[in-house]
Amino acid sequence: MTPVLRAASNILVHAPDLVRYGSKCFREIASQGESFSRKLSGRIRSYENAVAYPPNQVFIGNLPPESLTGMPSPWHGHPIPDASSKGPFGEILPQESFYPLLQRADQFGLVMLDSDKLPLSGFASNAASALVPEGAPGPSHKTADILRGIESGESIPLEHAGALVGCVRRDHDADESLDARVLLENLAAKASGAYALSRLLVQEKIESGQVEYIISCSEEAVGDRYNRGGGNLAKAIGEMAGCQNAAGVDVKAFCAAPVYALIHAAALIRAGVVRNAVVVGGGSMAKLGMKAHQHIAKELPVLEDILGGVAFFLNSDEDEGPRVNLDIAGRHEVGRPSSPQGMVEALVCDPLERAGRKICDIDKYAVELHNPEVMLPAGAGDVAMTNYRTLAAVAVMRGEIDRGDIPDFIESHGMPGFAPTQGHIPAGVPYLGHALAGMRAGTLNSTMLVAKGSLFLGRMTQQADGASVVVEV
Amino acid sequence: MFKDKKVIALGERDGVPGPLIAECMEAAGAEVVFQKTECFV
Repeated sequence: MTPVLRAASNILVHAPDLVRYGSKCFREIASQGESFSRKLSGRIRSYENAVAYPPNQVFIGNLPPESLTGMPSPWHGHPIPDASSKGPFGEILPQESFYPLLQRADQFGLVMLDSDKLPLSGFASNAASALVPEGAPGPSHKTADILRGIESGESIPLEHAGALVGCVRRDHDADESLDARVLLENLAAKASGAYALSRLLVQEKIESGQVEYIISCSEEAVGDRYNRGGGNLAKAIGEMAGCQNAAGVDVKAFCAAPVYALIHAAALIRAGVVRNAVVVGGGSMAKLGMKAHQHIAKELPVLEDILGGVAFFLNSDEDEGPRVNLDIAGRHEVGRPSSPQGMVEALVCDPLERAGRKICDIDKYAVELHNPEVMLPAGAGDVAMTNYRTLAAVAVMRGEIDRGDIPDFIESHGMPGFAPTQGHIPAGVPYLGHALAGMRAGTLNSTMLVAKGSLFLGRMTQQADGASVVVEV
Repeated sequence: MFKDKKVIALGERDGVPGPLIAECMEAAGAEVVFQKTECFV
């Protein structure tokens, strides 16, 4: 059976009051105290500004990626007039609608919300609303009980618009894997992943009971002290989204996980193990505000105030979409160098060559699509452009293009980065919604997703990793 | 140029990895006292 990509959804969650729990900001607040906290609060964006931010409009499909090229910069200073929080394949959720999803995601009494302080007057999204069919995400708690947990050190506060609205408590006094901030991180991944999946099902009018298999490519290490990273967030997400007939598993491979997950899902369909599969990735709370200290120093808004999520539906009905071509799937073998050239040869040249194709035969390459406006002020470079330059250089070395053609190659086969710096989320896959639209309109024939993973961060190997696959009509 | 010099090699995920910089420096006669690859994404 031919695996087909039927649908894609990209979601964003504006989470300004969770930025303080991102790894970098949490450490800065611990070392600098309230002075950093005040600086952070002073640079946080409103929900309206996050919605009107051009890269976010591209992420949810209201603008094509190429539109960013001609836009005046800085993008944060040129909001899109009358921007909508809903797009053809995505949407942006405000924080006050996300906190109830956190509570709904929790089955152990970890999230306590005071509904007097955060009244639920209807969700800003049908996809979010579908996750709370009972109408209320859980019991309301008294402020006194919330404060008691915070003062005892068992809980961490949840704030909204300057007010305390709830807390998240730890679930063990000596298990760091069940610490309040770790649990909040995991619940944020679960809730945003379920929201991405719900958006996919609502958008495509797919019954939740139809889903047979879910692969989560989320980054969080769910588990307790005896099995840190034990995982299977996939089933937790599937349960929250009402996918009662789905089994599931997690794929972990740092930022390359979404592409591995797509390959695995497509392979299960091709082998006949399942008839359909969902790939889902929830957001990374740890990466909120990762470069906030540098944005604050340069008097920029804190642009990393948003969780990202993605979901994709694959099945075997060739009438419903382009195929995931497993004959052109790239892998980075252990013996390969982790140099930029070595990665391109392993992930792009080798699989194309095996299929008798050339680099220029692929219409669009979706590489690591990090928003450069987040990266450049932090001195971290334009990741997408760096990857396209390397790819173009390899095309020159292989005699496919002339050196002088590099700018044209990048313009026609690449795109500006537009994804939030959420680790796995920018890994090529946010382009799939745009690619599907282009393929259905007849303006695009093929795209290759190329993702890389920083294995060395875990201190188990010095290697990098990567995966790639072609989606085409 | 690098002979008998002490070198700190800082690599970057989308650039050149630390171990590769270290290998080049050692081939040029330097002593690599620290090498690491960072990821900013």
